[in-house]
Amino acid sequence: MVENVKELLKAHEGLKHEVYLDIENASPVPAEILEAMLPYYNKYAYGNPTLTHKPGWEAFEMIMESSQKIADHLVCKSLEEVNFTPGETEANNLALIGTCLSKRGKGKNVVISEVEPISIMEITNLLKSYGFKTVKIPVDDEGLIKLEKLKEVINKETILVSLATVNHEIGTIQPVREALKIVKDANPETIFHTDASDTYGKIPFNVKDLNIDLATISSHKILGPRGIGVLYVKTGNNVERILEGQIGTQKLWPGIENTPLIVGFTKASGLAFQNFEKNTNHMRKLRDTLIDGIFEKIPSVRLNGPKGDKRAPDNANISFLKCEGEALTIELSLKGTYVSSGSACSRRLLQPSHVLVAIGRKFEEAHGSILMKTTRIHTEEDINYALEVIPKAVERIRGITGSTGVE
Amino acid sequence: MNKTSRAPLPYNPKVLDLFRNPKNLGKMEDATVTAVAGNPSCGDMITFYLKINEQEIIEKASFESYGCAANIATSSIVTEMIKGNTLEEAWKVTWKNVSEEVGGLPTVKFHCGILAVGALKRAIRTYYDRKKVSPSWLPREHTFEEKQALEEEELAKVLSKRMKAGE
Repeated sequence: MVENVKELLKAHEGLKHEVYLDIENASPVPAEILEAMLPYYNKYAYGNPTLTHKPGWEAFEMIMESSQKIADHLVCKSLEEVNFTPGETEANNLALIGTCLSKRGKGKNVVISEVEPISIMEITNLLKSYGFKTVKIPVDDEGLIKLEKLKEVINKETILVSLATVNHEIGTIQPVREALKIVKDANPETIFHTDASDTYGKIPFNVKDLNIDLATISSHKILGPRGIGVLYVKTGNNVERILEGQIGTQKLWPGIENTPLIVGFTKASGLAFQNFEKNTNHMRKLRDTLIDGIFEKIPSVRLNGPKGDKRAPDNANISFLKCEGEALTIELSLKGTYVSSGSACSRRLLQPSHVLVAIGRKFEEAHGSILMKTTRIHTEEDINYALEVIPKAVERIRGITGSTGVE
Repeated sequence: MNKTSRAPLPYNPKVLDLFRNPKNLGKMEDATVTAVAGNPSCGDMITFYLKINEQEIIEKASFESYGCAANIATSSIVTEMIKGNTLEEAWKVTWKNVSEEVGGLPTVKFHCGILAVGALKRAIRTYYDRKKVSPSWLPREHTFEEKQALEEEELAKVLSKRMKAGE
């Protein structure tokens, strides 16, 4: 199997340009972030932050300072509200399972939407086996949650609601403030969690102003190292640990803190927020160039998700009709353009992306979808290269489809 | 949602080569018989075109595919394997032969090879159905590959119905 991958890689030799747009699934770490992290592996603060020696105290100091910086970006009341976890998946598991455990005996109902990230969707399957029941709120054709449905389902039994602020696949910005009000009006005891991994560093997000209970953020979505995320827990909320072990500076996640990753996430946050407007305008401009260019150059395409202010600035998700997505990702890869697809084939599940299905896309539209995200480090040259490659790739794959199946 | 792993699909060089340079690609205007298998809503659909002469030998075979790289590669290799075969010989091709011929497929892509063979068998059946003859080697019962193709198509119907119902 590894031999096959070696051959696949060999087929990529001689690329004149490469553009990585699959920020949804992993990201490169810019040199300045990596350089900030490196000393923490072996020069400084490499000790365990709970122990009584210099490298330990150095680590303690660094972790506290990092927590404070991230607390400032989120506008938390205190750094105590910032809980590092090994990433988005873990923070979401902690938020949902940890809340349900702490609410045992107070209710059985959990509410999410039909378009949550896979980790949230999967956790509810686990919660079911623990006796909790999940209701999934439907969305409209732009992916916006139906608030009237939310209102209908919140009751005394509802212990937790989890709705992502920005949809990870189609960039829909949800009316979280309104959703939060509906939930708290109906049941003030209900805990409200949001996965803000695609929100943090992309659109303004202020936990204090929003007065939200729990929020997940993730390092890799802002070009930080993967393997590190944060669960914000508002003071006074009780989330139980879901793993046990040696407890250090992080009350909710046992084990030795990964100081270099925490430093990397903090550095990435600093760079994202330092010129927030400039960065997000840059993402938006390149994203618009990408979408407009594709619509101009390629017939039979559809934008998935909303346009304008309802869409996060970095997200482009487009369906190419008569063009199977996995084949397209491979063709694009061979030409140095790296994207992902909501196709059943590339996802290795028989069903296509649940998000695209939830917004009413036909299966064959979902199978031909491509997800791309722009970042502050992408250049106009990158986007122009992608726009040169994508039309040719789509044309070739459509040539293989020929007259098969799709009207 | 199931628990399938998402390890990278380790397509082998032969699959990659057939994906990049598919053999016998395209619609055949003078085909004796055409057969389709799969459903675009499953993300997998194949059309086979066969040109069959009076001696029941496949003179030409071509395909079109709405599907992943494995689907394209297996469809292409089937058209290569059966060229010049009698229909009886072509009938003996199994998805395992196809998988071997492309140097092996990732487990989750077995169904692509099965679908390709399902389409081939359907084409051969269609040929004899139309002639209203039934050679002794042609079983009445559907083969494994044909059954699988039917199942996949049935599943596609169920899924799209479920989707329309908003479940």
